[in-house]
Parts: sequence; C-alpha cells; structure tokens
Amino acid sequence: MDLFIINVIDGLIYGLLLFMLSSGLTLIFSMMGVLNLSHAAFYMLGAYLAYQISVYTGFWVGLIVAPILVTILGAAVERYGLRRVHQYGHVPELIFTFGLFFVIEELVQYIWGRSMVNYNSPESLDFIAFNLAGGSIPAYKVFMLLVSVGIFLALYYVLARTRVGMIIQAALSYPKTVEALGHNVPLVFMGVFGVGTGLAGLAGVIAGPSLTTFPGMAFLLGSIVFVCVVVGGLGSLFGAFVASLLIGWLQTFAASYNIGAADILIAFGYEYPKDVYYHPWRDLWTLTLPQIGPILPYILLILVLVFRPNGLFGKRET
Amino acid sequence: MKLFNKIASFVLATGVFFSSSVFADTIKIAFIDPLSGPFATTGTIGLAEWKYAVEKLVNEKGGVLGGKKMEVVALDNKMDGKESLVQVQVAIDQGIRFIAQGNSSGIANAITDMVKKHNKRNPDKQVIFLNYSAVDPALTNDKCQFWHFRFDANADIKMDVITDVIAGESGIKKMYLIGQDYSFGKAVAAAAEKYLAQKTSIEIVGNELHPIGRVKDFTPYARKILASGADAVITGNWGADMVNLGRSLKESGFDGPVYCYYCATAGITRTFGETGKGMLNIVGEGKLNPMNPALEAYNKGLKAKYPEADMSQPRITNAVQMVAKAINEAGSATDMKAIAYALEGMEFENELLQTKVVMRTSDHQAIQDVHVGMHTDDVDIDFDNSGYGIKMYKTVKMASMDSPTTCKMKRP
Amino acid sequence: MQKSVFTSALPWIFAAAILIVLPFIFTGGGSITIMNQIGITIVLAMSYNMLLGQGGMLSFGHAVYMGIGGFVAVHVMNIVENEYLWLPLPFLPLVGGLVGLGFATIVGSFSTRKAGTVFAMISLGIGELIAACCIIITVFFGGEEGISGDRTMAPPTFGIEFISQKEVYFLIAFWVLLSIFVMYLFTQTPVGKMANAVRDNPERAEFVGYSQRWVRYVSFCGAGFFAGVAGALFAINYEILTEQNLNTVMSFQVLLATYIGGVGFFLGPVFGAILFTILQTVIGLQTDLWALYTGIVFVLMVMFLPTGLTGLFAMHLIPLQLGRLGMLIKPYAKIFVPGLAFVVGAIALIELINHVRHHAEEQFMTLFWIEFDTTSFLPWALFLIMVAVGFYVSRAFAKEVAEAWGEATFVEGERR
Repeated sequence: MDLFIINVIDGLIYGLLLFMLSSGLTLIFSMMGVLNLSHAAFYMLGAYLAYQISVYTGFWVGLIVAPILVTILGAAVERYGLRRVHQYGHVPELIFTFGLFFVIEELVQYIWGRSMVNYNSPESLDFIAFNLAGGSIPAYKVFMLLVSVGIFLALYYVLARTRVGMIIQAALSYPKTVEALGHNVPLVFMGVFGVGTGLAGLAGVIAGPSLTTFPGMAFLLGSIVFVCVVVGGLGSLFGAFVASLLIGWLQTFAASYNIGAADILIAFGYEYPKDVYYHPWRDLWTLTLPQIGPILPYILLILVLVFRPNGLFGKRET
Repeated sequence: MKLFNKIASFVLATGVFFSSSVFADTIKIAFIDPLSGPFATTGTIGLAEWKYAVEKLVNEKGGVLGGKKMEVVALDNKMDGKESLVQVQVAIDQGIRFIAQGNSSGIANAITDMVKKHNKRNPDKQVIFLNYSAVDPALTNDKCQFWHFRFDANADIKMDVITDVIAGESGIKKMYLIGQDYSFGKAVAAAAEKYLAQKTSIEIVGNELHPIGRVKDFTPYARKILASGADAVITGNWGADMVNLGRSLKESGFDGPVYCYYCATAGITRTFGETGKGMLNIVGEGKLNPMNPALEAYNKGLKAKYPEADMSQPRITNAVQMVAKAINEAGSATDMKAIAYALEGMEFENELLQTKVVMRTSDHQAIQDVHVGMHTDDVDIDFDNSGYGIKMYKTVKMASMDSPTTCKMKRP
Repeated sequence: MQKSVFTSALPWIFAAAILIVLPFIFTGGGSITIMNQIGITIVLAMSYNMLLGQGGMLSFGHAVYMGIGGFVAVHVMNIVENEYLWLPLPFLPLVGGLVGLGFATIVGSFSTRKAGTVFAMISLGIGELIAACCIIITVFFGGEEGISGDRTMAPPTFGIEFISQKEVYFLIAFWVLLSIFVMYLFTQTPVGKMANAVRDNPERAEFVGYSQRWVRYVSFCGAGFFAGVAGALFAINYEILTEQNLNTVMSFQVLLATYIGGVGFFLGPVFGAILFTILQTVIGLQTDLWALYTGIVFVLMVMFLPTGLTGLFAMHLIPLQLGRLGMLIKPYAKIFVPGLAFVVGAIALIELINHVRHHAEEQFMTLFWIEFDTTSFLPWALFLIMVAVGFYVSRAFAKEVAEAWGEATFVEGERR
C-alpha cells in the first residue's frame, strides 16, 4: 500500500511533466491544425540551453531565460519556416516539422557534443522533502510538481479569463468561424507556436536535471507526447491533461509491479515448462509487465485511433 | 552518376579519411564503431585509444616486419547493424585485413557471422575480427569461430570477479539484479544468478529486465528496488540507462553499492560526479589507479593528443601489441591464417599495464587480470576530465582461466 | 495515338542495359556493396512512394513491412538450408513480398480508414509496437542480435550459388527493375489512377464511385508487398535481419530518402534513394556530421523545393518545351559561382569549428582535398568571406533568376 501511494506521487509528477509538453502541442494543433512533430526537440533545446546558462549563472536564471529563448526560436521557426510551408498543404507541414526535429537534434549534438552534459538541480533543492514508505521524495521533485501545477493554473487562467484565451478557446471548437471574424492573424499563429514550444522548453529545463540531459532525450520522449495528445483528443486541452496523467500513471505502475505472464498462465492451470530457455513459448513464459510497460501507450494509441478517432475528449475530426 | 563515380571511387579507392597521412604501404586496421549519432562519444574515445596505441606502441618502436607501419582507418557504423556490414565490406574491398569493433554485442555478432562466411567464400582475402569490447559470452561459446578474437573479459568472467568481491562483503544479504532487455543484459543476469548461488547465500530479491533505451523515468524501478529491501544492486546497464538508474536510486534514498560493468567514462563519470561516490563499483581489466610510471607517461601523452579521450579501455593496448606480435611471428601481414594461428594461444607480457594476457586457444577469449574498482575522486588518472575516476581495490589474477567453454572451434 | 509495343518497351530495355553495365563501370572498391544497398533502398523508397506520393498517406512505420518480410525471408533461407523446402534464391523476394502483403492486409484494414494525421499516428504506433516486440519475441526476431542465414545454401540457380557480391548485385538489379515495372503497371490501373484522385480530393473521388478507403487500402497493401520484397533483398544481401531494420529510425530514413527524391513523381524515389545512400555511406566516411547535412538538405527541400530533386528537373520541362531554356543559362551561371562559394564556405566553416572542438589534436585538416593549418587565421577569414560574400551576391542574383524564370515560363494569355 505504501508503495502504491509513492507510485501515485511519482506517476503524478511524470504525468504533469508530460502535460507541460502535450499542452503546448495541443494548443499549436488547435490553432494551426498542424501536429508539431519537432515538439520534443524544443524540449531538448530547453534543457541544453538551461544547462549552458546554468554553467555561468546558476539554475534559477536558466529556469527563466531558457524557456524565453526557446519561445523566440519557436516563433522564428513559425515565421520563417512553417508559414512558408503552409501554402503547400498539410502533409508537407507535417514533414517540415519532422525534418526540423532532426536538424535541431543534430545541431544540439554539434554544439554541445554527443555525450551527456552535467546539468544538475540547484543545491538549494538538494534535500529530501519527505520520506514515505521507506522511500524519499527529493525536494526537486516537489519543485517540479509545483511548477507543473503552476503552469496548468496559469494556462487555465489565460484561456478562461483573457481575451487571447477566448480567441484560442473559440478556435478549439469553431476554427472556421474565428477565422471568419478575422482573428487568425499571423501574429496569433506565431505567438501560439512560440508559447507552445516555449512550454516544451520549460518542460526540458525542469526535466533536464532529473531525467538527464543527453542527446537521446528528445527521441526518448518524442513519440509519447503524441500519444498523449492523440489519446486525449487533438485540440483538447482537458483531454491532453487527462491523457498525460493516465500515461504517467500507466508507465509508473507498469514498471513497479513485476507481474509476469507466468503467474497468469499458472493461475489458468498451465504448468511451468522445465527448461524454459529452450521452450517454444519461452518469450511468453518469461514476459513481465515492466518489459511491456513502455509499449502500453502505443497499444492505447492504436486502440483509441481505431475505435474513437477523435480521441477521448476531442470534438474535432483530426 | 558521374559525380557519384567520382566521389565513390575517390573516397573508396584512395581511402582518404580524416587522417592527413596516407601511407601506401601500411598495415591497416579498420576501426568500425559509432562515430556519429548519440553513441559517438564511446566510439570516438575508442578510436583515439586505438590510434594512440598503434602510434606509440608499434610505429614509434619501429613498426612490424622490420619497419612497416600500422594504421587505423576509421569507419563509422552509426551503431547500426546494416551499416556495420557495409563498412566491413568497404574495408575488405580496400584490402584491409583487420577489423576492430567493440560497441554492441549485437553488431559484433553480425560481424563475426559475416567474417566467417566471407573467409569461407574468399580464401584469398581472409580477414581477422578483433573484438575489443563486445562481451556477450556467446561470442566465445556457442557462436565462437576461428577468425574472432576477444580482448575484453566476457560478461561471465567479469561476473565471476564481481561475485568474488560480493562474497567478501558481509553486509550484503539481499541482491537485486536489473538490466537491459537484450542478450548482454540477460547474460549478466544469468551469470549473476549462477555465481551468487555458487559462492554465497545471498538472496536474490529481484531479477528483472527493462526495455533498452526506452525507459524515460527510472524512479518506479528505484522504488521497487528499495521496497524489496535489497542491500546491493548488480546491473549491466550502459549509457543514459545507467546514469538514470543510478540517479533515481540515489534520489529515492538507496545507499547500498551498485555493481556495474559500464558506469564510467563517455560522460557518465562526469555526470555522476559526487553522487557516484560510495555507490558505483565497476569491474574491468587494466589497472589504472593506483598507477605505474610507464602508464602515467602514456596516459599523459594520450591526453595531450586527444584531450577528450580517456584511457578507458586499456585492453586496446593489448590488442594492438598482440596483433603486431602475431604479424611478426607469422612473418607476413597478409597470410591471415598464419596470423590467426599466431594469435591463438599467444602469451603476452604487457609492460605498460604490467600484466600478462593469454589468448585462450579453445575459444579465443583473452584471459587477463580483472579488477573491481570504485568511483572516487582519489585517483591519479581521472575520466571525462572531471577529477573523478576508478580506483581499483580488488584484483583477480588471470580471472576465470579454467572456466569451461562450449566452443567447438573449427580450424581451417 | 497508339504507341507501338517497342516504343513503350524502350525505356525498360534501356534501364536494363544500364543496370547490366553498371558493375563493369564502377569497379572501384566498395562500389558494388553501395550499389546493392542503393538497389534495396530504391525498392523500399518506391514502395513508400505508393503511400506518400501516390496515395497521400504519411507513414512513420513503413520499415515494419520491410522488416517482417525480411525476417521471414531469413527464416525461409534457413529452412531451405536444412532442406525442408526447395526454393532457389531468386524467388525469395516473392516470399518476402507476400509476407509484407499479408501483414499490410491486416494493418491496413483498420489504419487506412482515414488519411492524414490519424493514419500517420497509427503507423507510428504500429512501428513502435513491432520494434518493441522484436526485442521481446526472441523466438522469431532473435532479440537485438537478430536472425542470420546463409544465402549460398539454397539450391543453385543455373549453376550460380550467389557467393560473390556481383552475383547478388544482378539478383537485386533484376528485382529492382521488376518491382519498378510492376509498380508502374499499378499506376496505370484504374485503382492506381484513383489513388492520386483520392490524395488530392477524397470527396470528389467518392462521387466518381470509388470508396476512398478501398483505394487507400489497395495502395497500402501494394506498398506492403514491395516493402517485403525490399526486406527479402536485404536478407539476401546482408544475410542478417535485426531490430534496426524495422524500428522507427529506419522508417524515418525511408521518408527522408523518398522525399528528397521527390514524392510527386513516379521515379522520384529512385534519385532519392541514390542520393540518400551516398550521403549516408560515402559522405558518412568523410564527415561525422553527415546527419546534420542530411537534415538541413531535407528541411530546405521541404521549404523551397517541395517537389524534390525530380521536381527540379520537371520544372525545367516547361521552358524546354517553350524553347526558352537558353534564357536561364546566363542567370544560372551567374548565381552558380557565389552560390557554390556560399555552400562550400558554410560547410568548411562548420567542419572547421567541429575539427577545432573535437579533433584539435591534429593541427592540419583536409577539406575538399586541400590540406591546411587550422590554427592559422587565413582559412577562417577565407571561409567567413566566402559565406558572407557568397550569400550577399547570390541573394542579389536570385532576383535575376526569378525574373528570368518568370520570363522563360511565361505563356501568353495564361493567368498565373
């Protein structure tokens, strides 16, 4: 039971981190109709920029400056790249963001080298916040949790209470009407893309010290973010939130419990083979939940897309 | 097509690579490992070690066969199986007869298979595969073959040594095994199970494999390890999987030792820094710390020439010198059969490392001293220029010398 | 106008002649190895183009069909070796193709319901799923070390045992030509033609009486078949299949290769496959930054040349037909020099910085067959000037090119 509670907390922290990425992604999609495949690359960029800044000025400056830099970069990508490709149609847009992923990933390796960098949490957060069930929750994880919740509240406020938020919200359900009202000015596009990528950058900044800043970090997290927004329903912020938490918990719990296929098979009355390593069904007999944990989100993705193409909470055709 | 012809024939025929010096009459070793992409750091360090060893230990000492120089030709396999085979073929087409590779047992497997077939089909262009780092035991057991030589201690041998150390630690009652879900990870787990049962009464409280390179957050694994009440952890993880596992363990409050294979250099030592102190125990060949004067000079030279490299794989100095010796003994750099027979069973005294190496005849596995060390800042030779390094505290002389092998070597 | 059989067969005879002659022209070390790789990539990229170019379906998991076809091909190779089955090697690609087809039939039944983002995401999910299964199901996929076989153990075909690379080359060349031919025939069928219509306007296509889903499904299965053929060719050439043959990285590479060649044209992927393989294998020997260059070329292409390499050639057919190609020569020649200076200068700068940061131990470096001292001021200044001047001048000339282009393609009375 104790392990259960601690897993709930870990899964929540991870899920909220995913939400920070998926919220930006879904915002961009709802405004511009394009799934930004390079989203995770901006996440990586955020982490590396924050690392570089933290070398000179410490963690806290990086926390503020790096996401701003990523936002500016993201806006520039929209202004000088995406806007140009937009005229060619939908698939080239997707392909452009896909190519961008590679370029950013390679550029990061070109600038910061190919081994992991030593980006660490600030010393002021290097203590254990509290102990639970023999495990400890470091203060930095609590800080991650607070930042994520803060971002969630801020997003909620902007979307629900401000004029810009109204326009974006309207675009979620009636993109054509909003366009007709003359709101889809390029500036809003640029702004949304910038803020969306900036959120990814921020996620990178706070995840970098905890999940390690290394060249493969974008690739590792890349496709899981798409799973979050697609499962939640493209364009649905609430859906992204629910799906992110769901996947956060799914992965955490799948990794936590060593339930094996053998246990289930034995429960069904099958006999454990004597020399399992040479058994024709050896892969099934030795299969455990943690082994398949990372692919569970993809199974979920396919199932959702096949049976509910709009996602759990999506209203729009993708 | 014309352009292609020009580029292809130019590049491939002349073999101009990064090195500016091209000797027409050198004995070339093709170094095939990742030099681009996320795994390039390990490959680049390995290349520096090979180049420096060839330069310092062979060429500056007068070369082989009375004056011939050796040369390392770098070919990038991008950590990809297919690319590796393409590059091996490119190397063979250029007339290179020695293939050196080490990163990833999967790739080593593909190469050894290809080399075996190639040598059978082209008896006039045979090549020798110098495996300097891939440690899957199968390579010198079920999948062994005459043209493959392994210079690193394999996963079984290393585990034999690790468990010797663990058996002496009275505080360890419960052990957790965790590794990446592939042949090497499985080999480590199997060896650990076997030796722990043989030598100790330690209870294995967890034995699990996680998907390789796909786990984003190791916290749940760390929680599980903690909850199991384990006193120590054995892992074969490398790269980001190693760092993330170690960090998560520390963050979650685990304070026991972690016994590992690949928890040093290529950025790992630097990233662990203070965190790794008292936690990481690494097994490996080549005693770096405390060191001897010859080694100090050698390391200084390496660092001066390649500031980003480390002497992380001392076995490379064995491989280079043993190949040179075999060529001299065979009296030819092209009679690969004679060279392979010279390497087989060779006993070599490495002055630099002050140790003896034997290339076991039965399976072409190098038998050498294997050490266990700890991650600390109290070192003479550090890694990643971080001030931290590995200090050896336990040595097993000629580890696993009489270990059994299932190899049934077919000799030409 | 009825074309005679001979005229329509001429290009194919010509292509066959080129394929036969090639290995005797490129005798340089390693060329055959690279040509074999190019051949396999051509079949794969062409099959991918059935999806993306002709059907408008963006797939992130196309390598899966190649991989599964290849894995089965290796298993069949091993069965043949153990003499449970009699199958000459040249027929193996057919086996791979049928397996690819079979798998595509299953996946396509639910993934082709929609095009666009839904299709792309399902393909990504399937790709990740199968790649992960590869590691878990070791009985079939052999874990991360994969499954290997021996092609020479198959019964000899006309006395050929496929021992040498050259013999394998001819086998691959035969299948490349055959596959392209069959894929060409497919584009000439009603369904093949409807695929384009569905890509461009699914609703109108439905009005003609074709179910867009059915058309996509057929294209998808066809693409699966030829991907499987490519997989079997891979199995024959390399005699080993691993997880890396069907993971997402491989799928991404197919997309890159196809797109660079030009997705709108039937033969576009052929050029893409050639260029990509050269970038990867030949340029990869020259610089460890090959992936960076590939990425930049790709993104620039999407931005400025969405029709790909082939599109660049095809664009010039209009002035050629109008007899105005000559008008373009002068502005092209003018922009070529500063443009080249810019590109060369930029690459040189990138390489120089990389060299100084990571290979500083060697004071001298060789670039474009010229050796120079990296510590001296001169190369830096030279490259910087090349980049700056090249950029400035070519931008000025670009206007001229655009004007000339407009003039050369201007048709009286046509609105644009």
